[in-house]
Amino acid sequence: MLSAFERASEYLPVLLQGVWLTIAVTLLSLLISTVLGLIWAVMGRSNFLPFRVFSRTFITVIRGLPIIVQLFYIYFVLPEIGINLTAFQAGVFGMGIAYSAYQAENFRAGFEAIDRGQIEAAHSIGMKDSLILRRVILPQAFRISLPPYGNTMIMMLKDSSLVSTITVAELTRQGQLIAASTFDNMTVFSLVAVIYLLMALPLTYLTHRLERRYKKT
Amino acid sequence: MISVRDIHKSYGQLEVIKGVSFDVTPGEVVCVIGPSGSGKSTILRCLNGLETYQKGEVRIDGQLIDPSARSIIALRQRVSMVFQRFNLFPHRTALENVMEGPVYVKGMERKAARDLAAMYLEKVGLGDKMQNFPDNLSGGQQQRVAIARALAMEPEAILFDEPTSALDPELVGDVLGVMRQVAEEGMTMVVVTHEMGFAREVADRVLFLEGGTIVEEGTAQEVLRNPKELRTQDFLHRVLHPLD
Repeated sequence: MLSAFERASEYLPVLLQGVWLTIAVTLLSLLISTVLGLIWAVMGRSNFLPFRVFSRTFITVIRGLPIIVQLFYIYFVLPEIGINLTAFQAGVFGMGIAYSAYQAENFRAGFEAIDRGQIEAAHSIGMKDSLILRRVILPQAFRISLPPYGNTMIMMLKDSSLVSTITVAELTRQGQLIAASTFDNMTVFSLVAVIYLLMALPLTYLTHRLERRYKKT
Repeated sequence: MISVRDIHKSYGQLEVIKGVSFDVTPGEVVCVIGPSGSGKSTILRCLNGLETYQKGEVRIDGQLIDPSARSIIALRQRVSMVFQRFNLFPHRTALENVMEGPVYVKGMERKAARDLAAMYLEKVGLGDKMQNFPDNLSGGQQQRVAIARALAMEPEAILFDEPTSALDPELVGDVLGVMRQVAEEGMTMVVVTHEMGFAREVADRVLFLEGGTIVEEGTAQEVLRNPKELRTQDFLHRVLHPLD
């Protein structure tokens, strides 16, 4: 009979393979959600009504659906209309799209915190809308959105475990597989939990630091 | 150089500007006075297209001010504005606030723009505050940065929208001093203000606005010292002797 420690060191290499996938899914879907979220947020303040309607509708629908259902939809339903994605691709796009709605709301709050007067001042020195967005709105919205962005990052790290349901062999999935074959649930899931925590802690620390830093200015 | 012809503006049912016409010639300082809600600021904002209007026209050297046209961008570079609440960019230093227009709107080289901005900040008495962020400046200093920002665009005219109304009383003097200096150097200015002393000393012409129309206009001497209209007299009395 092996000790818990020995068993843990046996599982660890397999779990670490999952960690890389967890990190890959988190980072790629973070990137997608950030870019899309920014697009929805900018569309949401457009003068062009169809853009605003689209942005609003999209955000409302996506926020109203469980992420797991969205993942199932992308992985199981899209192939029926000819769109075949690997489990990894489906996971990354699914998480990215799902979280883009939350990112958009986060960026929107950042935009709205900027005083209208500044935008008028920018207009009064002859700045175009695109220039105002780049030079006046985005730099400030970025700072305001940063602390909530950090929180979103942590949530995405944890929610990346949802892609295990569409067979992506990330950390949670690897844990399930080992547990199913060894019945050593206690060791496996404790390890899985500790690994998630170790990944989340630096992000939590970073978020706290950012919050403190931008509260001052 | 600025010509305003029969401007009308309504917010829904409420008509706030009821046919206002006036001209501003190059180098002239025109002060617009009147009770709050009389439409003073609205008119001023129509002059650089920050506000739309339903009827009439505003022209700068014959060019129509149309907020929805592309030409408005170019026109705004010729007519800068200073706001009641300063509206500086809080994430940029005083120097960067002033450089912003020359660099990003006019495409000036950074070094040239820096020299230009420094020159104007010196001019408004803030040569030692160039690296300060707006948060670290008093209201009066912020407003002087805003004036420098308007000047750095080297416009043909500057619009001032109650530039001292948000300031503590002891800071008003510095800002008015800078404005007087700018006026003396020949800048065309339209100033919405409650500072009757400034209007009396600096204005070439004063417009008294009430209820969305010009009730009286003339030289500062005529309007402020010997107003003909009862409403002007009444307004001036309330401003100059609030406790009577």
